[in-house]
Order: sequence, then structure tokens, then C-alpha cells
Amino acid sequence: MTTKVKAAIIGSGNIGTDLLYKALRSEIVEPVWMVGIDPESEGLRRAEELGLKTTFEGVKGLEPHIQADRVQIAWDATSAYVHRSNNDLVSKFGVRMVDLTPAAIGPFCVPPVNLEEMVGRGEQNVNMVTCGGQATIPMVAAVSRVQPVDYGEIIATVSSRSAGPGTRKNIDEFTRTTAKGVEVVGGAKRGKAIIIINPAEPPLIMRDTIHCLTADAPKQQEIIESAQRMVAEVQKYVPGYTLKNGPVFDGNRVSFFMEVEGLGDFLPKYAGNLDIMTAAGLRTAELIAEEIRRAEAA
Amino acid sequence: MNLEGKKVILHDMSLRDGMHPQRHQLTTDQMVQVATALDEAGVPLIEVTHGDGLGGASVNYGFPAATDEEYLRAVVPKMKNAKISALLLPGIGTVDHLRMAHDCGVHTIRVATHCTEADVSEQHIILGAKMEMDTVGFLMMAHMISPEELLEQAKLMQGYGANCLYITDSAGYMLPDHVTARVGLLREKLSADVEVGFHGHHNLHMGIANSLAAIEAGAGRIDGSVAGMGAGAGNTPLEVFVAVLHRMGVETGVDMWKLMDVAEDIVYPLMTHKVRADRDSLTLGYAGVYSSFLLHAKRAADKYGLKSTDILVELGRMKTVGGQEDMIEDVALDMKKAGAAE
Repeated sequence: MTTKVKAAIIGSGNIGTDLLYKALRSEIVEPVWMVGIDPESEGLRRAEELGLKTTFEGVKGLEPHIQADRVQIAWDATSAYVHRSNNDLVSKFGVRMVDLTPAAIGPFCVPPVNLEEMVGRGEQNVNMVTCGGQATIPMVAAVSRVQPVDYGEIIATVSSRSAGPGTRKNIDEFTRTTAKGVEVVGGAKRGKAIIIINPAEPPLIMRDTIHCLTADAPKQQEIIESAQRMVAEVQKYVPGYTLKNGPVFDGNRVSFFMEVEGLGDFLPKYAGNLDIMTAAGLRTAELIAEEIRRAEAA
Repeated sequence: MNLEGKKVILHDMSLRDGMHPQRHQLTTDQMVQVATALDEAGVPLIEVTHGDGLGGASVNYGFPAATDEEYLRAVVPKMKNAKISALLLPGIGTVDHLRMAHDCGVHTIRVATHCTEADVSEQHIILGAKMEMDTVGFLMMAHMISPEELLEQAKLMQGYGANCLYITDSAGYMLPDHVTARVGLLREKLSADVEVGFHGHHNLHMGIANSLAAIEAGAGRIDGSVAGMGAGAGNTPLEVFVAVLHRMGVETGVDMWKLMDVAEDIVYPLMTHKVRADRDSLTLGYAGVYSSFLLHAKRAADKYGLKSTDILVELGRMKTVGGQEDMIEDVALDMKKAGAAE
């Protein structure tokens, strides 16, 4: 039996904890460290109970153990502000980074669209765009792989309870990074992203609307088929990813209305926005782990 | 009600909120013409942008006839006394838009969030205040929460550096008592040097009554719109409001006669949609739905063979908030499916 590739989770908040629950089920990645900055952190306590080593001294606290514990992959679930220094510290040891913050110092990775390409290139750092990006960029790509898309626009609506302080403090980072992802990964010539936070109780399930303006008249049947294949791809790691309505064709506009229900691992099911992020982060790490194993076997 | 001797700053919305009934198609020439006439009439503050604020140009809200920057660069230099304001909804516009607006000579930035989500405005309010702009926090759909909850959110914005806080009745749902309670509590509890404002919609024709209640409760700034041109049944019709204020002895600095000419001779003739309390606008006010949804719901109703009032009531039941225009077609498609299933 081969051993699993060891990984560290940086950030002991909601995202880090949900990621931990998912990663514990992985057959190829094994989370061994959870890194926080607050000794009172609930997330660290929980990680400890689940058998992980923990530190509340940030990545500096992890650094002396990286080699001894053979940590080869790290997820950063902190914030864009500290991501660069986190990455600098772990990359010295050759650790591969999956960045769940919107810092975007590495190339964007949206698993059903470009994961294999990213991992194949051996990138040290890949960025998971944003939750809204993970939920919408696949559908932009589903259109752009059929025909050129002049403009892609996404509207992500999340429940108030699932929008954490990081997102709130720097909401512009979300709109900018997502819009760029719509272009770079989605394949739209121009991208725009809008985020809406809705406080309704009970909390609403994450909703996403995707509008594409195609350069020429949309090839309807091909787009419908491409979209169905793409939804099935995303459903492999986020089963609650559903095309609720659409595609609507209106002139050159192609619109999809999506709903994203989470698995409810640590975060509630309505927080599909966070779930799709952690699920995509895990999927990315698993592919990196396979690559590391192949390299080691060779 | 005795408001004798009070002073109030009137803020015209026709070139921003009025973009909704105009489907964001006002031209730069029209903007300049209206703004110049408002300036001439003594209106001290005039808002200019896409209806959904800076960066609102989109499939979701509609593409405007010109960019925010084109509108602002055309209008700002023409103002003799009036100052220009711009609206910014975090999540739609960014600090880049704010910097652009500042560079265009915009005097007042109004950072708008849903009434429970003030903390998304932190970076924008901080920057506005840092650039020494008149920086306003704008709490939308303020009917949805209690005065105490609103105060908590207003204090967040005050803490980021807003020098004025608005109670915004985006749905035109409030009645005067609601306004009195909300404005009154903010006036009592916020710093004395922070102004309080009120933005009304005329969906239940309460714009004037609500604005008077706001002044009585301590508001120093009131939004209105010449000829009432705004989303839903429009904003508080400014020329009518000025007439009432002058009768009551409130100082506005506005020339009522000139303002009624702006309404009659310039704004009414350019309206492409008759702004009035039609059944849809009335439904907005009655059900507490974001006023900008009006024309989007009418379009979806036409396209899918539904009643627009049904769509609006459903959006209210779902507790949608400002900016969720994308839900309108989605809801219409759901209703059509449900109808077909029956």
C-alpha cells in the first residue's frame, strides 16, 4: 500500500475546517497539520480531536515541521493579505500550494476546465479564483468551447451567513478576481462579476446566474449539450451543482441559472459557495498528489 | 407638524434613480441639460451615474447609453453651484470606480449596501473619507429590519468614516411612523456631527409625507427627484416637495418656480416610461420589493406570458434584496414551469 501524500491546511476558520472534513475522506491526500493564529480557535481544537498536529503561530509554527512530517501540499484558506508571505515560507521546502484566497499570485485553476493543464505544468502555486468563480466559470467555458464569447457576466448570490469577514472586508477582490477568471479560464473576451449578499432566513442556497454574449448567433444545440456535460463534470465533486433554469437564448445572450447546494460537511448545505471552493481545492490537491507520486515512482 | 425655520439639503435623483425608468438610456446631452437646469434652480446636490451606481453597466441591470465616466466628465464641469454625487454598491462597483469618480470631480460618494450588510462598505467608505469626499453610507431596503438593527449597521459605517447616514426606503414600503422611528433613533444615537438623510420612493405615494417625517425626526438631507423620475413610482417628486417645504417655512435654497419648469419643460417630455403608481409600482410598495425590479419584471412577464404583479409578489416572498435582478427571469421561468405542470 502506498502512503498518502501529506498536506497542511493553513487557516482554521470555516473554510479550513470544511476542507479538513473533506480531506479526511481522501484516498490519496492526508491532512496532517492545521495552522491557525489564535490559540482559542475552535478550528484548531477540532483538528486536534481529529488527530492533526496544530499550531497557533501561523506558518512560522509549521515551518520547522514541514520536512520532518513530509508535508508536500498546503492549502491556504486565510486571506489575500497574508497569502504571499505564507506561500514564500512553504515554497522554500518545495511544498505545492493550493491557494483558496483571492490573492491570485499563481495561475487560476477551475478543476473541470483547466485542472489537468495546471497540474501538468507543475505549477508551485495555483489559485482557486473565488467561490463565485468556481460556480460560474465552468458554464462560461461550456459556451466558449463551442463558439467565441465576447462578454461573460456572472452574478453570485450568497446567504449572509456564508459570507465570511474576509470576503466582506475586501469584496472588490472578489469582483475583480472573478471577472478576471471569467476571461482567463472561462474564455470570455471581457468578464464582469457581481456579488450579492442576501440575509434572508432561512438562508438561501447559493445562486449563480451566468450571462454570455456570443460573437455570432448561439449554436443552441451544441451549447445545451456542452452545458450538460460541464454540469456533470462539476457534479463529480459538488453533487448539488444544478442547472435550475436555462440555457435561455435571447438574441446573442445565453443565460444559465444555477443553484449550488453544499455537501454539509462542516458548513451548512446552503453554503454551496464555500463547499464548491473546498471541494475544488481538494480535487486540485488530489491531482497534484497523483503527480507527486508518479514523480516519486519514476 | 412644525418645521418652521429648519434647513434641509435636497438631493436630486433624476439622473441616477431616474435612469431605471429610462432603461439607463439618458444621453450625456440630456444629463447635462437636466443637471444645468437643476443647478440654475438652486438644487445643491445632483446624483449622476448608471441607475445601479458606478459599474452598473451589465446584462443584469442594463447597458447605459454612455459610461459613468462619460456622464460625469460631461456634467461636472458645467455646474456653477451644484455638487455632483455618485452612487456605489459594493459587489457591483469597486474602489477603482470610486477613484475614477473622484478624478472626475465628484463631490459626494454614496456607498450603498443592503441594510444588514454594512460591513461590505468598509474599503469604499474608508477611501472616500481618505480622499476627503463627502462620504455617505446608504442603507437600502431599510424597512426590512428594526430601528435598533439599523442603528447597529449605521454605526459600522460611521466607524469607517461616513459623515452622513441614509435610511433608504428602496421599496417605497415605509409609512411615516416607520421613518420617524428609524431616522429618530439614528439622529439620537449617531455622533452629532454625522448627518442623517432619507431616500424615499413614491410607490404608495408616501414620498412627501415620509420625507416630512424624516425632517421632523432630525434628517438634514432628503432625496427627491425632479418630476419624480426614479425607479418604481419614482422618488419623492422634488418640485412638489419644495412647494410643501416652503409653505411650512423650511429653507431649501431652491427656486420652486424654476424647479417646476425643469420638471414640466425638460424632464416630463424626455420620459420614455410614464413614472406613476401603476399596479406594478403599487405592488412594489405594498409587498416591499426593490423598486428597480419594476421594468425587469414587466419585461419578464411579457416574455413568458405571466402577470408582472405575480412575479413581484413572489420576489417579495423570497425576500430578495437590491441587485438581485437576475432572479426575475429565474422566477418567471419557475412560474412558467409550474403553470405548465398544472
